[in-house]
Formats: sequence, C-alpha cells, structure tokens
Amino acid sequence: MPTFEYAPAPESRAVVDLQPSYGLFIGGEFVDPVDGTSMKTVNPATEEVLSEVAVGGAADVDRAVKAARRAYERTWSRMPAAERGKYLFRIARILQERGRELAVLESLDNGKPIRESRDVDVPLAAAHFFYHAGWADKLAWAGLHGAALGPDGVPLPLGVAGQVIPWNFPLLMLAWKVAPALATGNTVVLKPAETTPLTALLFADICRQADLPPGVVNIVTGAGATGAALVGHPDVDKVAFTGSTAVGREIARTVAGSRKKLTLELGGKAANIVFDDAAIDETVEGIVDGIFFNQGHVCCAGSRLLVQETIAEEVVGRLQQRMSQLRVGDPLDKNTDVGAVNSAEQLQRITDLAAVGDAEGAQRWTAPCPLPENGFWFSPTLFTNVSPAHTIARDEIFGPVLSVMTFRTPSEAVTKANTTPYGLSAGIWTEKGSRILWMADRLRAGVVWANTFNRFDPTSPFGGYKESGYGREGGRHGLAAYVKEA
Amino acid sequence: MAARLDVRKTYKLYVGGKFPRSESGRSYEVTDAKGRFVANAAKASRKDARDAVLAARAAFAGWSGATAYNRGQVLYRVAEVMEGRHAQFAEEVARAEGLTAAKARAVVDAAIDRWVWYAGWTDKVAQVVGAANPVAGPYFNLSVPEPTGVVAVLAPQASSLLGLVSVVAPVVAGGSTCVVLASERRPLPAVVLGEVLATSDVPGGVVNLLTGVTAETAPWLASHEDVDALDLAGAAPLPGEDPTVDWGALEAAAAATLTRVVRPAGSGASGEADGAVEPDWTVLPDGPRRVLAFMETKTVWHPKGR
Repeated sequence: MPTFEYAPAPESRAVVDLQPSYGLFIGGEFVDPVDGTSMKTVNPATEEVLSEVAVGGAADVDRAVKAARRAYERTWSRMPAAERGKYLFRIARILQERGRELAVLESLDNGKPIRESRDVDVPLAAAHFFYHAGWADKLAWAGLHGAALGPDGVPLPLGVAGQVIPWNFPLLMLAWKVAPALATGNTVVLKPAETTPLTALLFADICRQADLPPGVVNIVTGAGATGAALVGHPDVDKVAFTGSTAVGREIARTVAGSRKKLTLELGGKAANIVFDDAAIDETVEGIVDGIFFNQGHVCCAGSRLLVQETIAEEVVGRLQQRMSQLRVGDPLDKNTDVGAVNSAEQLQRITDLAAVGDAEGAQRWTAPCPLPENGFWFSPTLFTNVSPAHTIARDEIFGPVLSVMTFRTPSEAVTKANTTPYGLSAGIWTEKGSRILWMADRLRAGVVWANTFNRFDPTSPFGGYKESGYGREGGRHGLAAYVKEA
Repeated sequence: MAARLDVRKTYKLYVGGKFPRSESGRSYEVTDAKGRFVANAAKASRKDARDAVLAARAAFAGWSGATAYNRGQVLYRVAEVMEGRHAQFAEEVARAEGLTAAKARAVVDAAIDRWVWYAGWTDKVAQVVGAANPVAGPYFNLSVPEPTGVVAVLAPQASSLLGLVSVVAPVVAGGSTCVVLASERRPLPAVVLGEVLATSDVPGGVVNLLTGVTAETAPWLASHEDVDALDLAGAAPLPGEDPTVDWGALEAAAAATLTRVVRPAGSGASGEADGAVEPDWTVLPDGPRRVLAFMETKTVWHPKGR
C-alpha cells in the first residue's frame, strides 16, 4: 500500500477576532461579574492562553435569571410565534454566514480537528436552529400529549430555562439547548463549560446581530459553582443539563421536591457489536468513527467493541492497521483526524483509566503516531483481553480508548451490551436485516446505529435509557422538554 | 335457626403471582370509614419490597416482549374478570371509602372502564408518538416508544380502587412491570384486585401489590437500584390530613440511579416544594400521558443504499 505524505494545511486563525477578556452576556449586553473574578481559557493544543472570561457568581446568576424572566414576561411570551420563529431563522443564517469563524474558534478552544468543527459541529448547530425555527408557530400540531394549552390551543412554555452544557461540543450543545427552548417560547440562561466558553460568547454577538430582544438569551460563563447556582435558582422553571452522570445525579437531587422540569443527557459506555457477516471495511471505518471521532470525547462513543469470536483476530488486525494511519496533531490542520484532549484534567483521567486497564490485565496497543510536544495529547489506544468486569469496560473514559471483547451468539452480545448502568447508544454491524431488528429491540439504549455510528440530526430524537439520563433532544420528542404539563 | 357465621378472608400480599403473608410476620388493623375493625392486612417490610422488585424484574422480559395486541387482550381480560366480581368490589370500596352503595358501584364501573380504556392504548401509543424522522442524509431513521422497566407505584391514598387502577393500568399497558404500594388505610380493594389479576392471564410478577405503611416502604423502593421509575401519586395525603410521605425526599433518593419520577399533582410554583394533592380520578385521562411517562424513546438508524 502506498504511503501518502501530507504537507501541512493549516486553516487560518485570522478569521477569529479574540478579545483579551469577556464579561457576562446578560440582558443583551456584556457586563462585568458582580464579584469580579475571572478565569483563563487555553488552547489545549498549545497551552496558549486564548482569553480571560468572567466567572459568574450567585449574584450574577440571579441577575441573568431576572433578565430572562423580564424578557419572558414583557417580550418573548407576548410575541407572535411566527415572529419568534423568524428570529431563529435569522440566527441559523448568521451561524452559516459566520460558520468558518465559529469552526476555527471551536477548534482553538476545544482542540477538535477543524474538519469536524467545520463539517459537523457548526453545520449541525445551524441545522438545529433551522429545524426549530419552523416549529415555533406549529406547536399546536406537534402532538405534545399532556401539554398545558393556551386559549388558542397552543402548548404553553415553561418560562425561564437554566441550561448547563459540556465542553465536548460547545456550540452544538448550545444549539441543542437554546433552539428548542426559544422555539417553544421560553427564555434562557446558559452556562457554557468551564474550558470552552468562547463560541458561546461569540453566539452572544450573533444574538446581537440578529436583534434578538435583550434577555431572551443570557450567557453566564463560569465553573461548577456557577452551574449549581443556576440549577438551584428558585425562579428557574426548567433545567436542562448535558454532562457526566455524577453531576447529573447531583442536579436531579437539587431539583427533587420542586416543580422544575428536568432533562438530563448524561454519560454512556456504548457497545459497538460486530457480527462475522459484517461488511468489514465499512465496519472498521465505523469502529474508528465510533471511538476516535472528537478524540473519544463523546457521550455516545462506541467505547466497548464486541466482536464475534470467529473474526476477532481479523478485525483487531485491520483496526490496528487503520489506527496507524490516523493523523494526530494540530486541530487547525485540515488533514488532522484526531485533535487535542480538551484539558490537562481530562488527559489525566484518560491516562489514569488506561493505567488501570494495564493493572487489571488487559493488553494495551497504542497507535504509533508522533505527538506534539506542547498541549494535551493521547494516542489512539486499543485494549484487548478485556473482560466485562474490567474498569475500562465499565467506566466512561471519554477519550480515544477502545476496549475490545468477544462474543459467540447474538444473545450473548445482547447480554454483554446491556450489562452496564448506562444506556445511551449502541451499534450493530451485520448484513442480516432480521438480526439487526432483533438486536435493536433488545438493546437497552436510546439510540441504535445499525451499519453506521455517531450520526446526528435535528429531526432525530437523542437521549438515554437508565443512568444515561432522561428526556430527548431533537425531533418532535425534544419539544416536550420545554412545554408546560397540564 | 342460628345465623350462619361468615368465613372471613385473610388479606395478603400479591407478589410474583402468589399470595404470601409478609415475610416479617407483621400485620396491621384495617378499619372501615367509620373506624370499625374490618381485617388485619399484611404489613409489608423492606424484604417484601425487594422480593417484589425481583419478581417484577423477572417478569419484565416476557411482558415487554409480548406483542402490544396480546397485552391489550390481557388488560381487557382484567376488565372482564372484574365485571364478574362487581358486587364484591363495590362492597369493598363502600366499606373502605365510606361511600353509598350506588356511589361505590359507580366507582367500580369507572375502574373497569379504565382498564378497557388502557387496553385499547397498548397497540396505539407507538403509532401516536413514534416517528419516521426525515434526517438530512441517506438513512432510515425511526423512533419508537419502549417500556421503561420496573416501576414502583405509590397508589393513591383516597381512591382505593379507581385511583389504583388509574395508575397501574397505564404502567402495564406500556409494557413495564410494577411494584405497587396500596393505599395505606384503604388497602383491601387492592388485595381483591390482586385476586382478579391472578386469574386474568396477567403473568405473575407483572403487577405486585404490597399493603402496609407507605412512609416505611416507599424509601426502599425509591432508592432501589433495580427500580427504573417511580410514580408518587400516593404521596398525597387523605383529604384534610397532613402528608406522611415527603415526596421531595423520595425524588431525591431516586436521583441516585437516575430513576424516572412522576411527581404527585400539586399547584406550586416551579422553584418551591409544595403539598401534593390527589386528583379527581373519575375524570377520564387527557390522553396517554401516564402510559408515556413509563416509556423511553428508542431511535434506530440504518443507511440506505443499493
């Protein structure tokens, strides 16, 4: 096989205009935090400080919730739904117009390859706004069972939504949260992740360009305490969270006993199941996409590979060959396949869990790729000799680490796949249609990808079973999370 | 001739299709609405609750795997068998709730009709809430509702039969199985319902009925790792009484394993805890929301190609 050499093909940073520091976006303008603290956000590929952002305290959260409440009562809930929708269409268009700027900024702040931020995150974020824009004046026909209806028969919004999002898809998660909330008539206070606040702050500028009424979208940057203040604020009607199961539990506990509506999109440990009749080339691509997409920082990543015993050796061999071709490095290089791990903290977690894999007797194989000297990096890694009891088969690693196990029969594959408290996603690779449908019925997971993996669309409901959370995002189902119950 | 001495019934638990006493050997006195002794009911323990969860889990694969058409027929069969015991239910409800005979009969009518209503939903919900999603790519993309799993149900305290049926029928209609804490002070209609379920093709373990003290047993179910969802309808006290159950604490306990929670009805503002109230169960449900509360949405993708 010929080996291709790739010349560097960096995307230009010039398209991004970074401020040295950012305040909080509250009531339509950037304001300084009340208690005046700030934090630095760094480029995980170089450890260069990109900017300083404000850390919102309880008083800032309160100010933001008040601004959202005022906007809800005075503007947003009184506006004709069609006009609300038109604001969302405007936002979708501006997201497209400023797509390259957003993609570069996302890659800078998050470390993900520009190929992914440019071709996946940003287009999908725009698509979410387009999709939900159209729902704004059609909610009466959305089939939202049990919703409280206004005098015109239209499902009623909840009021103020407090939304907390993770660092793995910063802009896309913002879109998943903000678009349905606004379309259904709510106003929002959004807390971006501690390590990836920049695209949310650029989104604030997009709201300005769209002339979105002040207070409809408020962005309060900060860390865990900021999120906790938002979730626990008594004047928040709805809490939406994407992140770890541990934090999700805390939020569910905080909200317990109140009348706040809650949706949680939490961790996962997806089984990607390969049968001996699978189309092998597509399958290997699917496995790679399943676990190495976005450095494995994906809640629905196919982190447990279950291969039918008869082809295990062949699949692992081909996988190693394919992994050896992955280009790890500069996120802004258009040829990069795997970018930087998002933070030093996450790199430590991945490193520690991989070490536990060694200690418990699994066999580690690491892709032979050179890594940059600065920044946070972890080579694509595969473990064989893994048993379902191993830590690396049970805990979410949230990094480019694949645990390989084998099975003999479809029933055994189902049992092994379901032996986890998580239930977010699963993959099936086989050419036999009846087996796909039989498996899909039995896998306890919210999303099942058959002969594909990691596909997302605003029309397609996403969310988990069991400890992967509750509620759905996307599609008709996702709207239910943002309307009042009768 | 002397009046015949009637044969009284021992009211027991209904777990895994059988009628055991509480493993604890405990019972408690049940009185009628006027405070007169009626019977000793089994006082379920933590162990009984855990046994019931095991039974419900064991029954889940079979019940959730049955066709929706089959489940609908089984639910309709429950209504048929209840109809045959109409007089017995009316007597139990009148005694428990202090209703006139005519009112008690109306309650039983409504309870039977509620089974029929939910029987019809089993093979409709997937069409009503399922979706073929028009994704922007060459993929077949389908979303369907699936049963959540094992549901712990706090049955309403006041409406001992109609309320009970109104919360149990939707759970099993959707294909989940359940452990039910019957009304604490009015438990006997639930025990009779167990006798109906045992003889109407409902597989053992699909519905498990416990009698006893709600505040004692509910926390064990709320925090149980193998319970997938929790219905707090029965956290609302009898009218005019103070609550014995802190539903917020139960919801907090359920958070440990992300157990889905259906809160009791109430009218508080979003941010504050408030008292739970028992709704009027004679009102026909406004759609299948109670069925859907115990269902998950599964989305399946497959590429299209030649």
